[in-house]
Amino acid sequence: MRLDVKKTYKLFIGGKFPRSESGRVYELKSHRGEFLANVSKASRKDARDAVVAARAAQPGWAGATAYNRGQILYRIAEMLEGRREQFVSEIKEQTGVSEKVANLEVDNAIDSWVWHAGWSDKIDSVAGSMNPVSGPFFNISSNQPTGVVAAFAPKQSALVGLVNTIAPAIVSGNAIVVVTSEALPLCAITLTEVLATSDLPGGVVNVLTGNEEEISPWLASHQDVNAIDLEGTTDFVDLEIKAAETLKRVIRRGSHQRLLAKGNLQHILAFMEVKTVWHPKGH
Amino acid sequence: MFEYAPAPESRAIVSFKPSYGLFIDGKFTKPHDTYQTISPATEEVLAEITTASVKDVDLAVKAARNAFEKTWSKLSGAERGKYLYRIARIIQERARELAVAESLNNGKPIKESRDSDIPMVSAWFFYYAGWADKLDHAGLGANPQPLGVAAQVIPWNFPLMMLAWKIAPALAAGNTVVLKPAETTPLTALLFAEICQQAGLPDGVVNIITGFGETGAALIGHPDVNKVAFTGSTEVGRKIAKQIAGTDKKVTLELGGKAANIVFEDAALDQAVEGIVNGIFFNQGHVCCAGSRLLVQESIHDELIKKLKRRMETIRMGDPLDKNTDIGAINSKEQLDRITSLVKQGAKEGGEVWAPNCPIPKNGFWYAPTIITGVAATSTVAREEIFGPVLSVITFRTPGEAVAKANNTPYGLSAGIWSEKGSLILKVADQLNAGVIWANTFNQFDPASPFGGFKESGYGREGGRHGLMAYLKEGN
Repeated sequence: MRLDVKKTYKLFIGGKFPRSESGRVYELKSHRGEFLANVSKASRKDARDAVVAARAAQPGWAGATAYNRGQILYRIAEMLEGRREQFVSEIKEQTGVSEKVANLEVDNAIDSWVWHAGWSDKIDSVAGSMNPVSGPFFNISSNQPTGVVAAFAPKQSALVGLVNTIAPAIVSGNAIVVVTSEALPLCAITLTEVLATSDLPGGVVNVLTGNEEEISPWLASHQDVNAIDLEGTTDFVDLEIKAAETLKRVIRRGSHQRLLAKGNLQHILAFMEVKTVWHPKGH
Repeated sequence: MFEYAPAPESRAIVSFKPSYGLFIDGKFTKPHDTYQTISPATEEVLAEITTASVKDVDLAVKAARNAFEKTWSKLSGAERGKYLYRIARIIQERARELAVAESLNNGKPIKESRDSDIPMVSAWFFYYAGWADKLDHAGLGANPQPLGVAAQVIPWNFPLMMLAWKIAPALAAGNTVVLKPAETTPLTALLFAEICQQAGLPDGVVNIITGFGETGAALIGHPDVNKVAFTGSTEVGRKIAKQIAGTDKKVTLELGGKAANIVFEDAALDQAVEGIVNGIFFNQGHVCCAGSRLLVQESIHDELIKKLKRRMETIRMGDPLDKNTDIGAINSKEQLDRITSLVKQGAKEGGEVWAPNCPIPKNGFWYAPTIITGVAATSTVAREEIFGPVLSVITFRTPGEAVAKANNTPYGLSAGIWSEKGSLILKVADQLNAGVIWANTFNQFDPASPFGGFKESGYGREGGRHGLMAYLKEGN
């Protein structure tokens, strides 16, 4: 009998797969209580490194054409579809749900990428405006990404919750540092392999596995983070207070659903800034 | 230069009561715990104003809640809109009186209160009146819902205009409000309370409470408030964001700024000079979006500064009620002290301070229009909001350097670009992290145009459809 080759589960920062700089891992067990993996336990330093990578990647990603961003998000859906068996099996191993339920979650995750992909070049058609001001001026409002987003994926979802946390942030040109569900990290790690092979520039999505309560205060108070999504957090009041110090945009828990095959435009707009440009009309 | 004869606007058109209570549930309460509100141009006492207590705040929120449940949310959008149209009309009818009252209490020149502030106030109500029965088009799907009771706290720089920016969209969307004007400029808000009575607005839909920071904090912290809207300093904005953490309160914050006004070498220089003057000296520079950092391309620095100084020599500072006045009084002693100390700091850090030789009145609070040249990007006057008629001048060589310097601030409210080259303007506008960008113009405002900042200048927008959405939630 051949011995199978096990994977080392690592972080995803700046398009690379480092171990935690702290050298720490935590043991993940299946729903039956059997050993599944040693998962990297991200530290404060890893979180800071991830923010640096996100900041470096963000202008290039925002500067890509909306068409290009849409194609890349669609490519993520394609890659995910191609590896769906692995996701289904990981969901089942971790949670013990049926094949049918696991398949439905993967379906929703794939379809949500497709739904978000289509938004990239339509946001301003729907949420921007040419404003009829009372004077001889050209006046236009458009939406631009806020910058770097720190996010905490919902704790109870292995895959679709994570997808519905990442996609609304990056479709418009933000970069994200996302902390996964501590209990259900396998699909997140496999998703990083999908992201790495979808032409997504390194650093646009950075994924940290580990303990949310340990990492979240550092991201909430980080000076170079523009918005924070508190969905999968525990001390959400304290984190919102920390985020207020630099007036981060805060997405409170329960603001948007995360388990369906499509999202909500307001969720996408929560990570965007309205910019209004005036210019006189004349000779 | 010609001498100007004084041309004062008559103040007979406005009469203040000796003292004011609070406007709660459609009626004025008996004044208590009063303080004096003055004219910053003469230090003359204009009226006695009530300091609202925690109990008063509670009464006002209860009145607003009651009006929300029983009357305002039951009205059709069309009927709500008609009340707003009525208010807009009464403001137009009483425009001269309101302009004089504003200039008296705030210190701003009558030509600004008369031609800018008050017309904008009625325009704001007129604009949002038309939204009240079209909420399905606000961008939140069919049948969006109001949030409930809105707590609104506004600053002293555009007292009645800030009131209009807050109250008009809130009422159009179906909310009721409790508004606190700034402690130094309560009078036009109290006149507005009378206008609500004249319009027959149902009791409790608009409540005006006066007082200091503690009153504002009690209002924002009240558990029965659903929405918080604040315009003011970033420092207070931070406190508010912390205060409401963990609640369901929806919030918009319109905070400080340190706008870059970027002049490229191909700009129409005379127009740019007018834009620079308007950008920093409009309203004594008490403007959160003021163009307080002049970024000028090195090749035209000397010529531009020469033209700017020549133009500044013609600025007239003095009696706010005089129709010739360009710059009025600084709103308070406290603000004057802050401006004075920041400019001293700027000089200490190597900036060269210049102001035209303009006469300064004996009484009241005044600061001459000032520019500081040779300012380093790290200097205090390049980083901190001065909120006064003081312009810091910084140079750059390339468009990339201009953008980098413009964005090198925790603020992100507004910016200006001066160039005759369209493609340069559009590219730079894309790259600037600011919510409002004026190209070849500055300090333009309109009810149809969203206004608000990036980063530490706050979040949410006021004006336009975006400003309406801030007072609505998705329907079920």
